[in-house]
Amino acid sequence: MNLLDLILLLPAAGFLAVLLLPRRNPGAARGVALAVSLAVFVLSLALAAPVWKDGSTMQFVTDADWIESPAIRYHVGVDGLGIWLVLLATLLTPVCVLVSWRHIDRRVKEFYAFLLLLEVGLIGVFVALDLFLFYVFWEVSLVPMYFLIGIWGHERRIYAAVKFFLYTMAGSVLMLACIIYLYNRTGTFDYTSLLAMINAGDLILSRPEQLLLFLGFFIAFAIKVPLFPLHTWLPDAHVEAPTAGSIMLASVMLKMGTYGLVRFALPMFPTAAREFAWWIVILAIIGIIYGALVAMVQPNMKKLVAYSSVSHLGFVVLGIFTFTQAGLDGAVYQMLNHGISTGALFLLVGYLYERRHSLEIADFGGVATAAPNLSTVFMITMLASIGLPMLNNFVGEFLVLVGSAQVDFRWTVFAAIGVILSACYMLWLYQRVFFGETPEKVREKVYDLRPREWAAAIPLVALMVWMGTVTKTFLPPVSARNAEILRQTTVNAEFLVEAPPGARGAAAEAVEVADAR
Amino acid sequence: MSQYYTSTDHFVLIPALMLALFGCAVLLFDFLIFPHPKQRKWLIVFLIIGEIFTGAGLWRQQSFLSSYGLNELTAFNGTLTIDGFALFFNWLFVLLSVLVAIVSYRYLEIENEHHGEYYGLILLAQCGMFFMATGTDLITLFLGLELTALSFYVMVGFLRTQKRSNEAAMKYLLLGAFSSGLLVYGFSLFYGLSGSTKIVDVADALAAREPGDPLVVLAMAAVAVGVLFKVSAAPFHMWAPDAYEGAPTTITAFLATGSKAASFAFLMRIFLGPLESARPTWEPLLIGAAVLSLFIGNIAAVTQTNVKRLLAYSSISHAGYILLGLIAGNETGLIGVAVYVAVYAFMTLGAFLVLVALRRRDLIGEDIEDLAGLMESSPGYAVLMLIFMLSLAGIPPTAGFIGKYYILLALIQTGHYTLAVIAAVFVAVAIYYYFRIVRAMFVSERKETAPLASTFGIKVALAVSGVLTLGIGIYPDPFLRMAGFSLIR
Repeated sequence: MNLLDLILLLPAAGFLAVLLLPRRNPGAARGVALAVSLAVFVLSLALAAPVWKDGSTMQFVTDADWIESPAIRYHVGVDGLGIWLVLLATLLTPVCVLVSWRHIDRRVKEFYAFLLLLEVGLIGVFVALDLFLFYVFWEVSLVPMYFLIGIWGHERRIYAAVKFFLYTMAGSVLMLACIIYLYNRTGTFDYTSLLAMINAGDLILSRPEQLLLFLGFFIAFAIKVPLFPLHTWLPDAHVEAPTAGSIMLASVMLKMGTYGLVRFALPMFPTAAREFAWWIVILAIIGIIYGALVAMVQPNMKKLVAYSSVSHLGFVVLGIFTFTQAGLDGAVYQMLNHGISTGALFLLVGYLYERRHSLEIADFGGVATAAPNLSTVFMITMLASIGLPMLNNFVGEFLVLVGSAQVDFRWTVFAAIGVILSACYMLWLYQRVFFGETPEKVREKVYDLRPREWAAAIPLVALMVWMGTVTKTFLPPVSARNAEILRQTTVNAEFLVEAPPGARGAAAEAVEVADAR
Repeated sequence: MSQYYTSTDHFVLIPALMLALFGCAVLLFDFLIFPHPKQRKWLIVFLIIGEIFTGAGLWRQQSFLSSYGLNELTAFNGTLTIDGFALFFNWLFVLLSVLVAIVSYRYLEIENEHHGEYYGLILLAQCGMFFMATGTDLITLFLGLELTALSFYVMVGFLRTQKRSNEAAMKYLLLGAFSSGLLVYGFSLFYGLSGSTKIVDVADALAAREPGDPLVVLAMAAVAVGVLFKVSAAPFHMWAPDAYEGAPTTITAFLATGSKAASFAFLMRIFLGPLESARPTWEPLLIGAAVLSLFIGNIAAVTQTNVKRLLAYSSISHAGYILLGLIAGNETGLIGVAVYVAVYAFMTLGAFLVLVALRRRDLIGEDIEDLAGLMESSPGYAVLMLIFMLSLAGIPPTAGFIGKYYILLALIQTGHYTLAVIAAVFVAVAIYYYFRIVRAMFVSERKETAPLASTFGIKVALAVSGVLTLGIGIYPDPFLRMAGFSLIR
């Protein structure tokens, strides 16, 4: 058993431990959850150094039999693509525990148990190297999130929870069918052996096969991302979820979709991916602009942030389907950025809700005088989300724009419009909530950040600055793995359709880059 | 021992003999030895002893087969066959009967219908199931089917003073008799076509005929309708919701699991035996029935407010999934059928047992409303019910997922892609109604009710089904090996 197994096992053990605690003592549940999630975070930090040195190979691999026939293996490992996402999940879980400390006051024990179970599912998704295991973790993460929204959410929580569950399930079952089809063709669920087969030419999927398989995987991932027009579950889920649920959902769970695209859909079905790329990019760009426009007119803060997520995730998908090193790097970086900055936005909106018990923008105003520190933190986070240079989102957006410009400059133009729009809705939100007259109720109820709230916010703000300035800490392992994935997308891929000329050139470039390394 | 009753015959018959003997003995003991109502719990002990003897018989048969490396052991001149298939199902029946019997005590007390013959009928029904899974002769199979069905007609109407129970029994009896008639009509055609009642001979005779022979098609259709009724597959499912709702919940559990598993064993014996050669003719029929079952079962379940009715419709849709495994028909598919039937039995039994536990003097506990806030009042039951619901919906890592996985795998292996996609899509629909129950338990506010006072029997039975449902999902290997052993060779 290596470190990675321990990181998977510990929250699972914590889940059981919290469940077994007596109901009368909610403090113990909080304490155990915080201790376990912090321990997991500290342990997961130790994963980073070895992966940083060599991001393109799998490390901390465990490969053991789970079920002999059909050959399903417990195969986990972490590389440059997964490492930061794992860390994101392990970092945000203690943050969520802190956020919910007072906010969750009924069924406390169950809440923290579900939060820890969610952590298991999320980490598992990012480290599973067996398609079947991946599917299992994918589903495991659904159930606790359903309860987090359904039990501790706001008024329409049940509608939102069911919608969330049904949407995701509908997509993922088709993905399961595709996984089984692959197993039937090859006799293995193992991702690394599947790639080895593709590389060796033992597994050549015909074009129609690839198209259908790709669609099966893609729809499951696209619902999760969520890509326009499959995004309608997201605003409902976010608005109704408790703060911790929103943070985990936006920051980590949505990344399951984009991670799946990069990890599985691209390398395994390159022909189909390239064939559909043009259409997907169009959907992504529609998502960027549509999400931003809809965010602008939202009267509800959480809904606004939710639609801004649709817009930001559009960037990620755009970056992935440029098939360029810069685009892919930007996409992965943007996943992390979105996790940090949108997570922080939900966190701060949650703080505001705890004070004023409202999410309507119209109920606020002049918060800056009532709570200057809160306003400052919100300002930094908002600027990060807009993509101000020196803060994290700028790096990701810049790389995505560079990548898309290498393929088709029109894409860049449209995507850039989204950046402008994001500045509009965010600044306007800030102006309406934090400036202007301070209404009576705000003055009475809104107090400044408390120490526990600081503790949850500081790491996120620090990361925004760190990721915006010292890219070197984070990007090298990601690029190493991305180069590998780009090379993989050219292996045995038949370019039957007219790809935009730039795309082909970019793919060839990527191969050269990879070879040069 | 004569030539009509050899020692092999005896050896094969022991489990059924034990069941019949103990079944009859329970009826006698009820008023001879344990006349006082308080003593009826001893009947449960007696039933368990009977099951131990039955299990010992099965165990000896199994070790005999494995020590001599035999695939099967036939008796009575080929009318009974003990093979992996028969053993697998019989072990399942033993387990189900015991679990149903040990939870019945308190439930029947509350209903004021605690009578000794209840336990006798369980044993007799199981005796019929033995012949349904073990018989390789049309007459034996039919007798087994009827013995099971007759016992169930009585048990479904066991709550004599309740209109609902009487109505359910009457409906089940009338429709059941009708379907048995059709089945026997089909069997008579088999006999006419082959001159024998042994399924091996019938198989040869049918295989010798031209494909699409109208007589074969007629016989097949009659048999198929009869069998599809027994497994409650659409469009012959109409009796199921009423019978499930009206019957005592313990019997509903037994009907939905034991009777259904036996009917599927019966169906496999017929469709993979005499009718194997007619596969091209029955395949479209079963595909239609399977898809219709998925559709009707899943769609109708969405609007139900009574949990027993909801589970009845869900069991119709599960019948559809099991039929899909048979349609795929390759090794994976047939293992899948065995896996699915067993897994289905464990999780459905568990779900009904939770309802049994919910029954209190002042509360029937069958509506989704009655489950509201169960997580607060009795978290243990709520978590178990959650496991059963997740499993019924087919979410990993539960047993139900393993079952669905096998069916999907078999369909894809045999190129039935459209069916695989249909099966997959209905999983998503099913989530909706199973989660209505979960929602009621975990999300809805608790109603002011007395806490559950459960008995030792209910706790044991729930623990067993819970451990099996979760255990098979997490570490399915041993169970899958057992199911693999059950293939009809």
